[in-house]
Amino acid sequence: MFGLDKKDAGLLLIVAILALAAPFILNPFPEGSAMAQFNAGYPDLMQRLVIFGIFAIGFNILFGLTGYLSFGHAAFLGVGSYAAIWMMKLLTMNVIPAIIVSVMIAGLFSLLVGWISLRRSGIYFSILTLAFAQMSYALAYSVLTPITGGETGLQPKYTDPRILDGALPDGQMPRANLFGLDMKDGFELVMGNWVFTFNAGYYIAAVVMLLSFYISIRIFRSPFGMMLRAVKSNQQRMNYTGLNTKPYTLAAFVISGMYAGLAGGLLVAMDTQVGAERMFWTASGEVVLMTILGGAGTLIGPVLGAGFIKYMENIVSKINKTVLEQWFAFMPDGIEDVMVALVYPFVGKGWHLTLGLLFMLVVIFLPGGLVEGGQRIGNLFRSKKAKDTSPDGSKTPAE
Amino acid sequence: MDAIILQILNGLDKGSAYALIALGLTLIFGTLGVVNFAHGALFMIGAFCAVTFSKLLTLSHIVIDDTQKDFLGNPLKVEVPYIYDFFGQTTGDAIIDWAVPLSIIFCIPIMIAIGFIMERGLIKHFYKRPHADQILVTFGLAIVLQEVIKYFYGANPIPTPAPEVFAGSFDFGAMMGFAENTIIYPYWRLVYFAFAAVIIGAVFAFLQFTTFGMVVRAGMADRETVGLLGINIDKRFTIMFGIAAAVAGLAGVMYAPINSPNYHMGMDFLVLSFVVVVVGGMGSLPGAVLAGFLLGILESFASMSAVLEFLPGINQIIIYLVAIIILLTRPRGLMGRKGVMEE
Amino acid sequence: MAILEVKNVGKRFGGLQALGNVNLSVAENSVHAIIGPNGAGKSTLLNVLVGKLIPDTGSVMFDGQSVLGRKPYEINQMGISRVFQTPEIFGDLTVMENMMIPCFAKRDGAFRMHAIESVAQEKDIVGKAENMLEEMKLIDKRGMNAASMSRGDKRRLEIAMCLAQDPRLLLLDEPTAGMARADTNNTIDLLKQIKEERDITIAIIEHDMHVVFSLAERITVLAQGTPLVEDTPENIKGHPKVREAYLGESQDAA
Repeated sequence: MFGLDKKDAGLLLIVAILALAAPFILNPFPEGSAMAQFNAGYPDLMQRLVIFGIFAIGFNILFGLTGYLSFGHAAFLGVGSYAAIWMMKLLTMNVIPAIIVSVMIAGLFSLLVGWISLRRSGIYFSILTLAFAQMSYALAYSVLTPITGGETGLQPKYTDPRILDGALPDGQMPRANLFGLDMKDGFELVMGNWVFTFNAGYYIAAVVMLLSFYISIRIFRSPFGMMLRAVKSNQQRMNYTGLNTKPYTLAAFVISGMYAGLAGGLLVAMDTQVGAERMFWTASGEVVLMTILGGAGTLIGPVLGAGFIKYMENIVSKINKTVLEQWFAFMPDGIEDVMVALVYPFVGKGWHLTLGLLFMLVVIFLPGGLVEGGQRIGNLFRSKKAKDTSPDGSKTPAE
Repeated sequence: MDAIILQILNGLDKGSAYALIALGLTLIFGTLGVVNFAHGALFMIGAFCAVTFSKLLTLSHIVIDDTQKDFLGNPLKVEVPYIYDFFGQTTGDAIIDWAVPLSIIFCIPIMIAIGFIMERGLIKHFYKRPHADQILVTFGLAIVLQEVIKYFYGANPIPTPAPEVFAGSFDFGAMMGFAENTIIYPYWRLVYFAFAAVIIGAVFAFLQFTTFGMVVRAGMADRETVGLLGINIDKRFTIMFGIAAAVAGLAGVMYAPINSPNYHMGMDFLVLSFVVVVVGGMGSLPGAVLAGFLLGILESFASMSAVLEFLPGINQIIIYLVAIIILLTRPRGLMGRKGVMEE
Repeated sequence: MAILEVKNVGKRFGGLQALGNVNLSVAENSVHAIIGPNGAGKSTLLNVLVGKLIPDTGSVMFDGQSVLGRKPYEINQMGISRVFQTPEIFGDLTVMENMMIPCFAKRDGAFRMHAIESVAQEKDIVGKAENMLEEMKLIDKRGMNAASMSRGDKRRLEIAMCLAQDPRLLLLDEPTAGMARADTNNTIDLLKQIKEERDITIAIIEHDMHVVFSLAERITVLAQGTPLVEDTPENIKGHPKVREAYLGESQDAA
């Protein structure tokens, strides 16, 4: 199917089903129940899940395959966002030109940054990318204010030229759309106590994510992808096999920069505003976390990581003292208080603490991330089943 | 001329902080071969040692003062710091006033202990892992440490004043024959610079003149050979980690009055300190110090209004710009040695 | 006819004259060994040949073209393949993938952005790699991670990877260093077989006299950065200068 082998096609299919059925899957709790606040099936969050999935998929093409750890990828996301918002201000509120231009501009910018940064490897490369991202952030905040809006950021305004769009009716705010389909359009499906929201913006983002995922599978399975893994494995042998590593790594860098730009453009398409803070280095750190947590170098890992972090962020940060007290209410009073006191620092505003700990645990014990965890559990079951059948030595790399 | 001197002075205190953090970073990198992204957090913890110590000093109990009455005519309840009970009011006030410098004593054992625990508990297991893994795990640790601090101390900066004596400013201009009030420099920043100079000197002297330091320097140059000589280099490296942590902590303690400590100050400084280390040359101690002061002063020059007029925003990016240029033209940094972090 | 011509090459590291006025000529389709005691400049010379070092003086011509100033990958594309002292392979990749990479390098050159078609669809490459593995008796290990193979197999794979590019000149840097006698003999047999089956020039830098005298047709003895003598193995064996400079000290190793 689509030039993929059976296993990859199956993987794509699973991701597609999960993405398309997300409004159901993420809303497991009936409306009005105590757990309803933990539903994640609202458009804003679902959009972020898939958009950061795209960001992480792209980052993984660089880090997972070549091993070059960039600490500045948020800069490309930010540049993509600014490009998209300018398209919306100048050209049209249709998201198509905005997204295309954001990918192109981010690609050009990453070509420049990559061309310079890739002269060094290891920690020097990480520091160079970090320096570029921090420079972009500082400039966006200060000197480039006419282009970036500085601290206030940018939003489409009623008075923007928008040469392709007709004049807006009086008082109506410009809204992002796809040939007239408003990103915020959607309908709610009420089934008994459950309410499921289907949102146009989410589905557009999800389709783009599936497309990105598909392209990433093709890259992983291509000779180009194999060369990138070879770069990570042994650059010396690459050079003495007549292969020039620079264009390979640069191409990977630019591709991942374009993915970041695409994510930035989509963020603007869904929520038409940009601020410089999305270029801050913590944002670059976040995509590193997502990729590692899910499993760097694996196909599905970054998607899982991005989904997991954004979902948990939403859930965990909503847990407060009252919720905890409800949860532990079945315990005797003294123990209940102790449990609440023990758990409280890790939830609500303490989400980053949980994230940091989780991340450390993954790096220490599970360098392959959630995917490796899943495989280990899988192997546990399989080895029980297949004790008498002979073990199969061959393995598929980088699933 | 006076403007130039002023900018150099202004650069010194920030430069001192960069130099101290970078010194610890490169010490850890040079000895243990570990890229420690949690080093900024150690700086931050140092600053919070000062905060904690001031808080401890002002711990109070309530005493009913019969000599004073509140507006209802009842005896006034006043909070009396415990420290008054021990030392009397005058000495007590003096101690509270000097909280920041005094917390150095409090900070050193804590930082060394934290350093030991970090190295033995976590870093030790990452010597053989790739640098990317080291960066990642210490990055995670940095997040954890700063979130723990945020949990206990809140997200807002906590003003931590320097002793009363240093509150004023020093008029350099008058002293050096320029017009009065052209070069004014707060006393505390001068103290910070002197303090940093002493610490840097002490670290260098320690490495230069003690047997311990000699072994560590030998270990930085060639770890395996030193190990072969039957010297327990690992134990010494643990101690080095403790010292590096203490240096970062001290840098933080004394910086508290300059910049009210907040939980993310470590990360803010870390990013810059890494740039400093790389510019100075990975694993080069003099390079780290030199680059720290150089970049601190450059940054302060870049914020002169005369410079900003024709290069707007340059103060925001100068350090990164310099780092990029240096890395591309001198791959090993200003004073880096060959073979460090290279394939 | 000489395929590799080294003329007046000198290289200095600070105060150390690593190479001084080296002249060397390797005839096409011969096996040429370069021997010499430790510190004679063998590795420096090799690094000059593959583009890792640029000499201070002199010229290095390969098949009529200068290699000086070219990057290692460019020199490889000219037809020089190098086998390292410790096998340099792609440890994280499978044996089959290791084998395919030089095939791609041969077909597509130093860089090609073939990112859409899958590796499995590249029938010619897969076939060529499989043949090569078959020939080298590595075909049953095709799905294995290269890093988990034995040292002897890694050496075999590395040589196979070099041969897959059909190089004109194969450079071997102490290919049997650290090997047990049995593995050493296997490697000698493998190299003999390669020489018989292909039109290939082999230049070998070696410490082990057993290997040198089993394989080489001509031998250059290097001492203190300069070639002492160049001759056939028989003549080298008896050469007094060589005995003095080299064989005397390592006779027990031979």
